This record gives sequence, structure tokens and C-alpha cells, in this order.
Amino acid sequence: MRKQIIRIAAGGIIYVAALIIKTDIELLELALMIACYLLVGGDVVYRAVQSILKGQVFDENFLMSIASIGAFFIGEYPEGVAVMLFYQVGEMFQHYAVDRSRKSISDLMNIRPDYANVKKGNELVKTDPYDVKAGDIIVVKAGEKVPLDGIVIEGSSSLDTSALTGESVPREVEVGSEVLSGYININGLITVKVTKEFEESTVSKILDMVENASSKKSNSERFITKFARYYTPVVVIIAALLAFVPPLFLGFETLEDWVYRALSFLVVSCPCALVISVPLSFFGGIGGASREGILVKGSNYLEALAKTEIIVFDKTGTLTEGVFNVKTVHAVNCSEDELIDFAAHAESYSNHPISQSLKRACQKEIDNSRVRDVEEMPGYGVCARVDGKKVLAGNTKLMEKMGISDFEDNVEGTVVHIAIDNTYAGYITIGDEIKKDSARAISELKNLNIKKTVMLTGDSGHTATKVASELGMDKVYWGLLPNQKVEKVEELMQNKSSKGKLAFVGDGINDAPVLARADIGIAMGGLGSDAAIEAADIVVMTDEPSKVATAMKISRKTLKIAYQNIVFAISVKVLVLLLSAAGLSNMWEAVFADVGVSTLAIINSLRALSSKKY
Amino acid sequence: MKRTFRLEGLGCANCAAKMEREINKLDGVKSATVNFLTTKMVIEADDDKMDRIIEEAGKIISKIESGVTVKRA
Repeated sequence: MRKQIIRIAAGGIIYVAALIIKTDIELLELALMIACYLLVGGDVVYRAVQSILKGQVFDENFLMSIASIGAFFIGEYPEGVAVMLFYQVGEMFQHYAVDRSRKSISDLMNIRPDYANVKKGNELVKTDPYDVKAGDIIVVKAGEKVPLDGIVIEGSSSLDTSALTGESVPREVEVGSEVLSGYININGLITVKVTKEFEESTVSKILDMVENASSKKSNSERFITKFARYYTPVVVIIAALLAFVPPLFLGFETLEDWVYRALSFLVVSCPCALVISVPLSFFGGIGGASREGILVKGSNYLEALAKTEIIVFDKTGTLTEGVFNVKTVHAVNCSEDELIDFAAHAESYSNHPISQSLKRACQKEIDNSRVRDVEEMPGYGVCARVDGKKVLAGNTKLMEKMGISDFEDNVEGTVVHIAIDNTYAGYITIGDEIKKDSARAISELKNLNIKKTVMLTGDSGHTATKVASELGMDKVYWGLLPNQKVEKVEELMQNKSSKGKLAFVGDGINDAPVLARADIGIAMGGLGSDAAIEAADIVVMTDEPSKVATAMKISRKTLKIAYQNIVFAISVKVLVLLLSAAGLSNMWEAVFADVGVSTLAIINSLRALSSKKY
Repeated sequence: MKRTFRLEGLGCANCAAKMEREINKLDGVKSATVNFLTTKMVIEADDDKMDRIIEEAGKIISKIESGVTVKRA
């Protein structure tokens, strides 16, 4: 690199000197210019020859060599050297810009841990994270990255989670807390029992996803690939026609003049500016998003997100905390404690948030041996035998379905009705809080001109409308079973404009089919949840719905940059081609249209990566 | 089977696109991507044809841009 700079500088000096001296002896001028040329562009010509020997024509080196050597042949020596000189300087800038981008990208990926301190007896052995097994004990010192996912078994500390979540407030961990690879230990010393091998650990999954995101190409990238394929051959063919047809067959001016015009064409014939800058914009956008704790699984999803018209939210766990607590207990024919005891046991096998809240409310330890014949009915509730008694616990639909008629109908909030041996036994109400962040999320989305915000829930109408109106959502559908949510989303998709997209935001656990059906599936709270990461197209690592708005801002900015580059590069190139054809521009402009435009476009793309807070 | 490689010295974006196109045409390749920015090449192909594909891909790469070396990532 350094040698090359010296060579190019030396060539440049001789070039300027030769121009100033203005020798009248043509042979001396030619000799000087050839010396310059070889100094500056010798390597380009060498590579061009190599490529041709391998049967590879029309690469950049070849085109530049032809253009500059061609200029020599028609007697434009200074022009020939200038083309090569500026091409080389431009290439250097372009390389610099590419290196910078690659560095920004690798900084972004710098969450990969280099080693793990594995505890073997009383010794700590520095080990490659790949070689650590689940069940091994590792020690994470202050300042080190957590290398693998695990559970703290000794010590406590504050961890910086920002690389994964974009969250700047450190997370406190103590014995029993789960820690994920990619966190950075700030102060304490913690001993961790590894739960996942490296390839299954969070950090590997995230890196994998970000790196592979580029294989799912956006329409803009597809367009560029297609464009690039035809652009060079077309320009080269036009150049050939331009060089010979007008002077030889149409009788226009001199052959030299037309050849010169054609050579300018060759200089502009590389689509590099587009081929580098457009994917770089998307890569930057995806990288920038991951820094905010938003994982985008493909450029195509980032592109689609920018065109979203309708956003559908699941309620529980997405807009609300999803942490339920028992609020009131109303028992008929038995004591309140008994009612909770039966309900909690009947639901003991379920991981549904409602079941969790019942278990928490139950005074006694859950004794699984008391429970038999558990049958879960999604969207209804559960039926099980507890202490030999048939217990039904679920919503009003369950009661109706099972023929229990005397249940209380007008209860506010989320209600679990219980029937024991086909006799109504009472109800328990459960409450959930709206996330602090939800209102901001909806208002930000409205500011982004999202046409419609919709909430879907399996919950009762009472709670649903209350939450929706508090958040200012446009539409709410309640009492939906999981499959009905899919149907609702399909229905909503038919009502959008043909180019508009529909995004569904859920927790990724119970709504995988809906996530899959929507144009864009966004899962919340992805950190540590493999299910959510699997099911969605975009994963928000934290629990904040406002990140959906952030993701949208990033996607729109990215798309804007990509379009800017496409329009800028193509229009400059076409303009220079037209001017050259008309004989109004020279090779200098052509060189700018090639490397100059590339460099500017790359610098523009880097904006997509900027870590500016959204 | 999926294999990832690093293409050291990859300097031309258009070449990367060409390599991707050519490698995808090879028999047995399910999908191949050459990422100019991360300089990574990912090939997904049938297990039994992998070795031959890697060899062919190497030839394609050095034909399109000489000076690029293929390394296991």
C-alpha cells in the first residue's frame, strides 16, 4: 500500500513536470509519459493481462488499460496518464472507504469472546469457547466478556448488556441469575455454570444472523445485481459502435475524436459504485439496528419494514407486561384458598402467564402427584383431575363449552372461571399492567405515518378495549383463539394497499403462526428466548415496544440512503455517458463518474451504520 | 451442509457478485453467497459433492480476481 502511494506520487510529479516543461520534441514527451504511465498504472495493466490469460475479459483493470492505452494511440498522452493516475488515486480512496466500512462492521461484530476461563479443580484454564461443554464451570472476571450462556452459581456483579440490547443501564446479577454470552462483566467476579455450548450460545446466534442477513436480499439489491450484469456489456458494445460507426460509415469528423469518446465510455463502464454502496447501506442498517438491540434477519425485511402500513400488536406480553397477578378471588360453595388451590393445581403443567400467577398466589407448594389427566385447550383453558375431582379452569367459553351455565358473566378484567365436578365454584380475576413504554411506541408509530395500529388479543372485550383506548390504538379485536388471530391478520392484509406491508408484533412464544403469516413478524423480548428468535423476521431483544418504532426509523433511513446512491450513481454515469457521446466531456469527468462516484456513495452508505440515537 | 470461508484480499465488489453467480451455477450447490463487505463466502451444498465444489469454487475465484486466497473461517 505504502509502496503504491510512493509510486503514484512519483508518477504524479513527473507528470506535472512534463506538462510544465512542455517539450517540443514529441519523442521526449512520449518517453516521459510512458515512464509515468508505467509507474502509475503498471500493476493495473499487469492484472489486466493476467485476467485475459485466464479468459476473464471486461474486468475493471482491463477496461482501464484499454481506455488509457487507447488514449496513447490517438496521441492523447497526457490524457492517457491522467486517466490512470486519477483512477489509481480514486481506487485508493475507495479502498480506504471500504476498509473503514469493513472495520466498522467488524467492530460491530466484536462481541465474540476470545476465551473462557474454565475452572478445572482449583485452576483456571484459558480455553477456546468452542471447546467448553455445557455443565462446565467458568469464571468471568471484571472487564471480561461472558463467553457462553449460563447461570451464576457464585458471586454477584453488574453486567453491561448494551452489545445485545442497546440498553445502557447495567444489569445486576447474583446467584441464580441467567447470564448470556456477549454481556460484559463490569466489576465483580462471577462463577458461571455453562448451560449452552458456544454454537448454541446467544452470541453465536446473533453473529450468525447478522452475517447471514445479507443472503436474503432486498429488491434494491436484486435490482443492482441485475443492472450490473447488463450495464458493463451494454456500455462496452455502445463504446465499440461509437468508436467506429460515426466516423467510418456516417462520415463524421475524425476517427481519433470518436475513439476518444468511446474510451470515455469504457472508463464509466464499471457499476462498482452501486455494487458496493447499496449492499453496504443495508448491511449498515442491519448493523446499526443490532446495536440498538434489534436483530433483522435479512435486508428484505428491513426494506419491507420501511413500507409498513399496518402494525398489529398482540396484547399480552407485548403491549402489557405479561406478568399477571391475582387481583380478586370470588368463591362459591368453597373457601377462597381452596379455589386457588384447585385452580393452581389444574394449571400446574402450563407455562401460560395466567397459570404462573395462579401458582404464585397459591399458599401451598404445588404437588404434582395430586394432578392427573391434564388436557390443555388453547383459547379455552384447562381440564384436569385434582385429588380425583374433575376441575375446569378457563374463560367463559370453556364454561359454555362444558355446559356450565350458572357462572358470573359480567366480571371486569381477565377472569379464570373454575368448575369442580361440573359445578360452578367461582372465579379468580387476574390483572396485567400496560408497559410504560407502550404509549410512546404507539404515538411514535403514528408520527411515522403508520396508517393503522391494531391490537389482537384472546382476552375479554372489557380489558382489551380499555388497554387499546388508553394507548390510542385504531382498532382492537378481542376474544380470539390463536388460529383466529391468523385469520384476522389475513383479513387485515387484504385491506392494505398492494405495496404496503403488514407487520405483526408478538412475544414469539404463542404466536408463531401469526408471525409467520404476516409480511414481517416481529418478536419481542428475544434475549434468551430461542423460540422468539426462530419464529420471527425481526427480533427485538428487550421488552420495549418502542423499539419497533426505532426499527422503522432505521429501515426508512437505510432505504433512503440506498435510493440516494442508486439515483446519484446512475444519473451521474448516464450524464457523463451522454456528454461523452456528444463530445462535450473528457476523460477526467469519466474517471470521476467511476471512482469518484463510488467513493462518495460508499461514504454516504456509512451513514446507515452511524450509531446516532434514535 | 454449510461451509463458511474467508476470502482474503477481496477488493472488487463487482467481482464478488460475479463469483457468487458463477458458484451458484455449480452442480450440487443449494445456495452460495459471497459477501464483499464481510469478505465471507458461505456455500450450502450436498455433502458428497462438497469437496469438489470447494475446489471448483476456488478456481472460479482466482479466475475472476487473482490474488484472492480462500481460507476456512
